[in-house]
Amino acid sequence: MDIFQDIVIARFNYWIYVILMMVGLHAMIVKNNLIKKLIGMSIFQAAIILFFVSVGVKDGATIPIVSHHGHAEESAETWHSVDPGHPDEGAVHDHGHHEINPDRHANPLPHVLMLTAIVVGVATLGVGLAVSQKIYREYGTLEENELLEKLRSNDG
Amino acid sequence: MKALGLMVVVVVGALLLYAVGDFPAWGDPQSPASQHEISRHFITQSIPETAVPNMVTAVLADYRGYDTMFETVVIFTAGLAIIGILGMARLTDRESLKPMAETRPGDRDMIVINTCRQVIPIMQLFAFYVVAHGHHSPGGGFQGGVILGASFILWAIARDLPTALQGIKPRRIVFLAALGVVIYAGTGVLSLAMDAKLLDYSALHGFLPPAPADAVPNEIMARSHGMLIVEIGVAFTVSAIMFGIYTYLSSMGRLKGGL
Repeated sequence: MDIFQDIVIARFNYWIYVILMMVGLHAMIVKNNLIKKLIGMSIFQAAIILFFVSVGVKDGATIPIVSHHGHAEESAETWHSVDPGHPDEGAVHDHGHHEINPDRHANPLPHVLMLTAIVVGVATLGVGLAVSQKIYREYGTLEENELLEKLRSNDG
Repeated sequence: MKALGLMVVVVVGALLLYAVGDFPAWGDPQSPASQHEISRHFITQSIPETAVPNMVTAVLADYRGYDTMFETVVIFTAGLAIIGILGMARLTDRESLKPMAETRPGDRDMIVINTCRQVIPIMQLFAFYVVAHGHHSPGGGFQGGVILGASFILWAIARDLPTALQGIKPRRIVFLAALGVVIYAGTGVLSLAMDAKLLDYSALHGFLPPAPADAVPNEIMARSHGMLIVEIGVAFTVSAIMFGIYTYLSSMGRLKGGL
């Protein structure tokens, strides 16, 4: 029972990703229709994206954006408005002097990787759909077995 | 075949589930990803090194700028591939296609069109805000570009494709997407020409506006401004390619008719 709690309950998020990934992989391998294969690819991709985002989760941490309103008011002013009257004050309240606690912010790297992966995923899915449209126009079907039959009869 | 496929899926899934026990628990601050030196460096040093409060943008456009440049190239290439695959078909077998139901502007619902007239400028303004403010708040070139592309797509759905394409012709889609890549790569090459490394924006401090009131050195402020420039490049490519993907896929390359 303890093992069940440790592996399944405490790490339920990984179970969800693995199950989603299995659904996607199953669709890609077993399904006959090319569009269903593409849907499977998207589900697989969603599982990977969720996995990476969950790696970035950190208890007690906020989003990886430093709030420059939370610090001293003066330093916020030097950032946003040019104050020619007090140039020295700006130098004193240099933003670099504020220590940022790494435990208070989530790891930005998984977010960066998935940000680009989502947009690139949409673009590659578009290519897949374009190829499917072209195949449908050439052969009149998107079923894999019918396509293979037509390809064989064309060769023969 | 089906049994074999299912077996492969189950074996892969079982192997992964077997490994789940070794993974850190949800939100564990002691997890390797959170404790790694890289994570610590990005969180603590992105403000002193780049003057950008949004670490995601700092990592995206500066620390991993090389990666993001080629992600942009991937999106550009994918857009070109879609236009190439479906656009060529338009020329070769136009006769074999079944005629699509033509829609006239009068067929469209007035409420839909007028709502879109009100909503689209706000969407586009918000997209520009997301791009331009991307290093101070959540946002950036990818997100803003997708919002901008979505506003064009909304117009194409509300009216029809020829109306939407009057503003952005297919050739201009390719041009805008290429312009984005050129802005990004050009910024990198410019810093190369200034005797710095590729995409090292701090070398560009001579061209960019100086930091206000000497709060941070100009070299560091230049990294912040350089990030804004490449994010604008990304936004050009992403918005143009998103609209291109929609127009070509929804009409099978014919660029006629509505939804």
